[in-house]
Formats: sequence, structure tokens, C-alpha cells
Amino acid sequence: MYEFTYHRPKTLADAAALLGQSEDAKILGGGQTLLPTLKQRLARPSDLIDLGQIPDIKGICEEAGGIAIGAFTRHAEVAHSDVVRRVIPALADLAEGIGDRQVRNMGTLGGSICNADPSADYPAAVVGLKATVKTDRREIAGDDFFTGMFETALEPGEIVTAVHFQKPDKAAYAKFRNPASRYAIVGVFVARFGNEVRVTVTGAGPSVFRATDMETALAQDFRAEALNGIAVGADGLNADIHASADYRAHLVTVMAKRAVEACG
Amino acid sequence: MANPNGIGASVRRREDARFLTGRGTYTDDINRPNQTHAVLVRSPYAHARIGGIDAAEAMQAPGVIAVLTGADMEVDKVGSLPCGWQIHSKDGSPMKEPPHFPLARDRARYVGDPVAIVIAESREQARDAAELVMVDYEELPAVATSRKALAEGAPLVHDDAAGNVCYDWHLGDLAAADAAFAQAAHVTKLDLVNNRLIPNAMEPRAAIGEYDPANGDYTLTTTSQNPHVIRLLMGAFVLGIPEHKLRVVAPDVGGGFGSKIFHYGEEAIVTWAARKVGRPVKWTADRSESFLSDAHGRDHVSHAELALDKDGHFLALKVSTIANMGAYLSTFAPSVPTYLYATLLAGQYKTPAIYAEVKAVFTNTAPVDAYRGAGRPEACYLIERLVEIAAQETGIDKTEIRRRNFIPAEAMPYQTPVALQYDTGDFAKNLEIALPLVDYDGFAARKAESARRGKLRGIGFATYIEACGIAPSNIAGALGARAGLYESAEVRFHPTGSVTVFTGSHSHGQGHETTFAQIVAERFGIPIENVEIVHGDTAKVPFGMGTYGSRSLAVGGSALVKAMDKVERKARKIAAHMLEAAETDIEVKDGRFVVAGTDKSLSIGDIALQAYVPHNFPLDELEPGLDEQAFYDPKNFTYPNGCHVCEVEVDPETGVVEVASFAAVDDFGRVINPLIVEGQVHGGLVQGIGQALYENCVYDEDSGQLITGSYMDYCMPRADDVPSFTVRYHEDQPCTHNPLGVKGCGEAGTIGASAAVMNAVVDALSDYGVTHIDMPATPEKVWQAIRRATPAQAAAE
Repeated sequence: MYEFTYHRPKTLADAAALLGQSEDAKILGGGQTLLPTLKQRLARPSDLIDLGQIPDIKGICEEAGGIAIGAFTRHAEVAHSDVVRRVIPALADLAEGIGDRQVRNMGTLGGSICNADPSADYPAAVVGLKATVKTDRREIAGDDFFTGMFETALEPGEIVTAVHFQKPDKAAYAKFRNPASRYAIVGVFVARFGNEVRVTVTGAGPSVFRATDMETALAQDFRAEALNGIAVGADGLNADIHASADYRAHLVTVMAKRAVEACG
Repeated sequence: MANPNGIGASVRRREDARFLTGRGTYTDDINRPNQTHAVLVRSPYAHARIGGIDAAEAMQAPGVIAVLTGADMEVDKVGSLPCGWQIHSKDGSPMKEPPHFPLARDRARYVGDPVAIVIAESREQARDAAELVMVDYEELPAVATSRKALAEGAPLVHDDAAGNVCYDWHLGDLAAADAAFAQAAHVTKLDLVNNRLIPNAMEPRAAIGEYDPANGDYTLTTTSQNPHVIRLLMGAFVLGIPEHKLRVVAPDVGGGFGSKIFHYGEEAIVTWAARKVGRPVKWTADRSESFLSDAHGRDHVSHAELALDKDGHFLALKVSTIANMGAYLSTFAPSVPTYLYATLLAGQYKTPAIYAEVKAVFTNTAPVDAYRGAGRPEACYLIERLVEIAAQETGIDKTEIRRRNFIPAEAMPYQTPVALQYDTGDFAKNLEIALPLVDYDGFAARKAESARRGKLRGIGFATYIEACGIAPSNIAGALGARAGLYESAEVRFHPTGSVTVFTGSHSHGQGHETTFAQIVAERFGIPIENVEIVHGDTAKVPFGMGTYGSRSLAVGGSALVKAMDKVERKARKIAAHMLEAAETDIEVKDGRFVVAGTDKSLSIGDIALQAYVPHNFPLDELEPGLDEQAFYDPKNFTYPNGCHVCEVEVDPETGVVEVASFAAVDDFGRVINPLIVEGQVHGGLVQGIGQALYENCVYDEDSGQLITGSYMDYCMPRADDVPSFTVRYHEDQPCTHNPLGVKGCGEAGTIGASAAVMNAVVDALSDYGVTHIDMPATPEKVWQAIRRATPAQAAAE
């Protein structure tokens, strides 16, 4: 990797100040994407601001009809949290399925959603669980947070501090993994809030999206069979050597059904 | 009393203590005083003319000591990397053998082709400076696949290889095959691709070059499977260093799978550069470089036809294969798709007429060479796929069609129509052992149970044979090898009775330090702890050919037995002297030297002490010392064979294939250490399953860029991708021509597994009318095959 200056601020204010001092500074969360990128010399930040020493942005608590999770909370902590397991077990399951054990022990919720990788898992839960993303400046509705491939609604220098997920009546996440990278080729999060159903899809498109036809069908009849014959269009979906757009479109329906079945 | 750590004992690997606790010494662990670090500048283009290289800015970068290029090598008269095997085309002309310079001179021919080396005080400094080396590339059109390389008017990889053809070779009797096809009741035809693989040894390649100006000695420490071969090739052909001035050390090596057999340019570059800069030069590949520049494996495109009579007997086989050599000929590349492939096309069957033709082509991709199995997996895959399709087409059960065509055990030794003479093998017996293991009769019930869960179940067989124990030098020489393929061993008893064995074989995961020690412990009745195995250093061990082709035990172990024979003969003489008996009266029993008919005896330790403290030796008759060396050249190949059976379950909604069970019945001859052999089988099976379901090297067809250049896209099999394996040895057919009766076990798993898995996958999809899928059977490929199924068949589901 190229040279950079490494910072480890102890407060959010210090982190924000450091971030404001340099145009080429980057925030370091768990480093599961950024560090390999640096090692490959694909990025050249002047400064790395490691948020790992800031206590305010860590931890999990039950609040306001859901769960608030600090941005610097590692995937493994979410996966193994009694609170998450009790209140939104689907979220614990999702976290437990991210990457591998090493990635889960390092990677963070904030790092994942700020990177906005089209095949990351958390975006499906952020939109699926009607989450609110809290930053050092404001609150952003989960629905508005992801704006495109590797793009978010964050302003320059804005730091995500926590995410509040709403507790659904039922939810489940079904993922079809890329056999090589184990990222989601297609991941579908299904959540039911009373009469409302959310079906969110990651991996298939440039960014997480809602499968609204499926939501409508499931709102009327919350069974996997209700999705028979309903498919997302292949146009605009991702395609690579592992999966064509057609195959991804097909998998969205298959994974959505499996998620509904897993809701029990 | 049997030695508890002798032949047949599942002794745990003695070397694992250091490997598992991080105490191994790999090349990258070694740091020499005053060492420098090298980073290679590699071509980012698949094909480009090199106009010039401007290193001025790089030379100014911090810590940079030198930037050297192909032009510098030319000035120093550095030679081309030699090819160890020459093939002749059908018309008798020798293969095209274009030069392969360690640093490209006028043209770069694949993405990753080295064009310059940057040497600096630290690796990071060298890497920084490498980005500043300005290479004036003029990009040229590239050919990234063998089909494109053979197209009319395709760009030439080498100007002197017209049509990009390296050779157009054949084997067998075309007239006999054609005559048999004319009589056939049925012909089964198959087009298949044997997918290209990247070896992915856990330890990346690395090399340290050293030069001592005080005495003119060079030392190369390298990740090699065969240090003597590297010394010979690099010393004699590339750098012109006499062998007594060149030491090559291959310390602990973390996996090879063939990819560390070959003499790579980096080895010559660091050795040459060490003298240029007057300091040791170290290079370690990063993982990306390994993907780009380790020799790849497989990459065949074939058409095959099998002629059968009305009863399903094979009459003849015709095979036409295009083999991708990559941009240059790697050390043993030409032999792989010819004498390690077409000679195995008889398989386990008495097919009377076989004809194979192989066209080897150059492409703008990394060189392709031997990878675990090397030619034999390609042959097995082709035959076993054909046989299963033939069974399906003729309606004969897949086990029955094999039984009807197996070479019977009574026919051994059996001369095949493709040059080999099998010595032993009872193929029908392998199958009979396997069938109850996998409960073949219960398959229909299991398939029905899978169907109840919405899954498709398939079962596939591979009855394979391979030629191992590479190789009888006289046969290899007649087939174009430019080297002999014997092995060496030295057995050195020390005065207090412990033993150091020096072997020309090289262990990079095979467990020689345990297996070889078991053989010595058993022979001399000594504790295994008293035996040390030394390998991998040309300054210590006699000239040896190294480890590949499942040869270590069959060839290296046989050399060890020969050396022990010599030790025993000498020890017998010493014992006769010590016991005042006639030499002919000395008997060897359980490692003790006994005067026949008496209770007078000596242990080998007693004798060793006398050998080194010979105060009363009759010096005219008896030399001091107990240290013997032997070379062993095999009389024939060995022929491991077996029956692999795989069951898969396919999820028709997603196309995901799960390996439900896998049983391997293998005839490796006599088994010295069942535990280590089982480990070898497991590893081989996983690699074979990897090729069948996961691994695939993909270059962009137009740009020649490596698309699968990291683990994000190149899928390695993981532990949770494979089931627990059932492994059985069939030991009653020992090899007839080596003293241990061993056949070799290192490659077998890889050879049988891919075919067994793919046969099972296709069987699972047979209800959809699918007759073939090319490897790897990825979820999308399987799903597409199901989707393409004809409506009638789909409706029948």
C-alpha cells in the first residue's frame, strides 16, 4: 500500500475535525474492503481515520420499537447478540452469514452500509427493516440512504454513528452466495409489519431495491406460493461471469420464496 | 516383532509438528545478510511490442539499487528458459520452440509477462519504484483462447509458429480405428472442454539469489519440487554457471501440485541479479502474481468418438484434442497433452483400436504445464464421460458396460494400443468393492427420496487408470524427454546407529519425512526417531529428479531400498568379520544380523559403530564406513487404478450441485502409511471436485486480461463444499517391477474425481434430456441446462 497518515481519534468530534482537514482522508471501520483495496494499491488516501477508539458508536440496545446498533459494531457482535437474536432474529442471521468468521470479527455495520457494495448483505436489512441511519449531523431514512452502486446520501465528511432497525412481526433473509467470494449474488430480505410487507433485494442490481410486486402479493397472502409467476425484470440487473442478469432475476423469486418460508 | 512404525503403520506425520506450529522454514522465511528485495514489472497487456524502457525516474526513487531489463540480460548473454521435452509433429518436424527469455525483450506475450526487475532496499520501495518504470508498449491484437489462436488470420503469438501451432501430433492406428468404426453398431460422440485451472499452492513462489565473489559460488533458494533439475536447467542453459558453483536449495515448500516443477524466469533473474548488484536478491510473489504467472493447468478442447458393437463392446476410440500451451513452452508442457494424455486413452478397457491427434497451440496467456495428474485427468475425464454417455445411449447399465469392457486381471501384463504396458490391475474387483460401499442397489430409493424434497439425484462412476512412477528413462527418452527420470538415495548410518537418508525426491506436502523413515525403520529394526530424511538441497543430496507424477515412493522409495540393500550387504560383511563367521552364514532377521544356527547376533547399531571404529578391520577386504548411495531407474511406469463413485443432489430451482457422497476404491499397490495415503486421496478428490464444480480460469477473449485473477472470482473448493469421503485400498495387486510393490497415490484423487462428479451431475439431469455439461458445473450452467430442456421433457417432470 501507499503511505498514509494514520489517526485514531477518541471522540466523534475529533474524527469529524480530522476528516475536515484533508480532502483525501478516508474513514476506517473494520477495514474489510478498504484494507485489501489499499494493499492492491487501488486507492491512495492521504489519511486514514480509524473510528475504533470512539465508544459512542459501538454497541447494541433495544429502543423505540426496534434495535439501535452503533456504526462500529462488528458483524459477529450483531450475530451473537442476545438482544438482536430476541428482537429481530433475521438480522442476527443476516450478520452471521456475512463473509467468513474473520470478516465478521472485523467488519462493521457502518463500514458495510457506507461502502454500499451492491452485493453486501446489510443494505437489504436497512431498507427491509425500515431503518433510520443516524449520522453526526442528522437522521436519514434507510429508504433514502442508498443512492447507487457504491453511492450513499452521505455528504462529504459526514459520519454514520448508528442505525435504528424497526422490529417486524416476521422477517427472514435468504441469500444465494457467489461460490467464490461468498458475497450475495442475490440476497432477499422479507419483513412483515402488520399488513405491510417489505421485500428488499441486494446483489441483483446496482444497489438495493424493493420488489414492490412481491410486496403487494405478500401483503395479501403471506405465503411463498403467492410469489408464483412474479419476477423482477432482468433489465438493468448485474451480470458477471458468475451469474447473468436472467439468472439473477430468476434467483430473486426463488430467494424471496425461501425467505417467506423461513419466516414461518 | 513388527516395527510399530514400520510399513503399513498409520504413523502421524513427523513434519506436522513444525508446520502446524508455524515453525516451518519456507523460502520467504529466509532472510540473508545485506539482502535486497525485487519486484517485477509485468506486462499489463496480453500482447504488446516493447518500444523501450525508461527507468530514470524509478532509479531516483528512495532505496532503489537497480532496474534491470531484458536488454541487460541480452548483454550478459542470458539464455532462453529451456524446454525439457521435444515432440515431433505427424510430418516428422520438431515442435516450434520459440525462445522464452526470463525478461521479455521485444514483445510481451501475456498479461504478467515480466519485462523488468526493480531491486531496492525494501519490498515496498521496490514496489513503489516499479510503478515509475516507464515501458513504451505498443499494444498488439491478442489471442486468448486456443480456438481463437487457430482461427484463419489470427494474430501470431510467435512469428515463427505459423497458425500459432506448436505441434500437430498423433498416436495410434488411424486405419485400424476407421475400419472398426465402419463395423460399429453404435457410435457415441462427444465434444468437451477440459477447463483451465490455476494451481493455487498455499505458498506463493519465491526465490533468493546469492553470489559470493570470494569464491564465485552462487546459491538459489527457491520454491521448487526438484532443485537438481533447476540447477541443471538454469546453470547449463540460462546462466552458464557450472554446477559445482551453483547450489540450489528448496527448503520447506508449501504445496506444488506440479506448478513448482518448472524452471521459472524469476529464479534465473534473482540469481543473475545477485551478481549484478553484489548483494542477495529476494523475490516473493504476491497472490495476484501467482494467479498471473504460475503455470496453469489443463485447457483442452476435444472431440471424441467411441465405436461399439451391438452388445456394447468398445471397438475403437478416436480423439482429436486442441491443447493450449499458453504464450511460451514451460519446462514439461509439450509432454502433458501427448505422452501423459493420449497414452492413457485406453483407460481400463480393452478397446482394440485407438487413434488420437493433438494440436498444441500458442495463445497470449500464461504458460500451461503439468498440474496434479497432468494429462491423465484429461484422458480419464474424456473416456469416462464417453463411457457413461454410451451407457445411456445403449441402455446398458453404467456398471455393466464397464464390466463388459474391462481388461481382465488375467490379461496382465496387458499391452494397450497406445504404447503402455499395464503390469497389474483387477478393475472388475475395484468395482465389486465399490458397489456395496455406495449401496448402488439402493440408489433408486435415494433418488426417490431426493425427489420428494424437490431435488434431483445422480450417481456417477469413474474407473480410472494412470501411468505414474514417472518414468523409465529409456521409454521417456524414446518419447522425447531430454532428461532421465530415475531417482537417487543415500543411506548414511552414523557411528551410534542413527541414520540420515538423503533423497532426490522432494516433499512439499507428501509426508516423505515420515513414510521414507518408516521404510528404513522397518528394514533395520530401529526406532523411527533414529531416522532423519534430508531432501531439497543440491549441496547435500545426490543428483535427483524430484517429486511429481506420483513418483516419490515408486521411484525415490525404490532408490532408497536399493541403497539399503547396499548397506545391508556391507553390514553383512562387517557382521561376518565381527562374529568370526563366513559371510554366507549371516542371516538378517528382523533387522538383526545372525549367524545361522547360533544365538550369535548383532544389531545394525553394533555394526555401524564398528564400521566407524574399525580398529581391527582386514583393510584389504573391508572399508570403514556405512554409507551407501543408489540410483534407481524404473523398468516401467506404475499403474494406480481405481473406481470412484460420486452421488450428487441438484437443486433444480437454483442449479446448485451438492456432493452428497463420494467413495474412492484405489489400487495403489502396497500402502506404506494408510493415514498419509488417505490424506493424499482426500486432497486429490477435493481438487478434482474443485475442477468439476468450482474452479475455472477465464481470460477476456478480446483483451486477454485475466478475469479470474483473485479469490473473488476464482472459486477454490472449501471444506464445507465436500462430504466426508469413503476411502478403501485394494492392495492385492502390487506393482510387479519395484521392490516395494507400490504404485503411487498423489494424483489419483484428482484423476478420478472430476469424471465421477460430472457423470453424477449429468445423471441427475438425465430426466431433462441433458447429455453433457462442461466443467465447472456452476449453478447457472446447471440451471440453464435445465431451462433449455425440451418442453416435453420438462412437462414429464
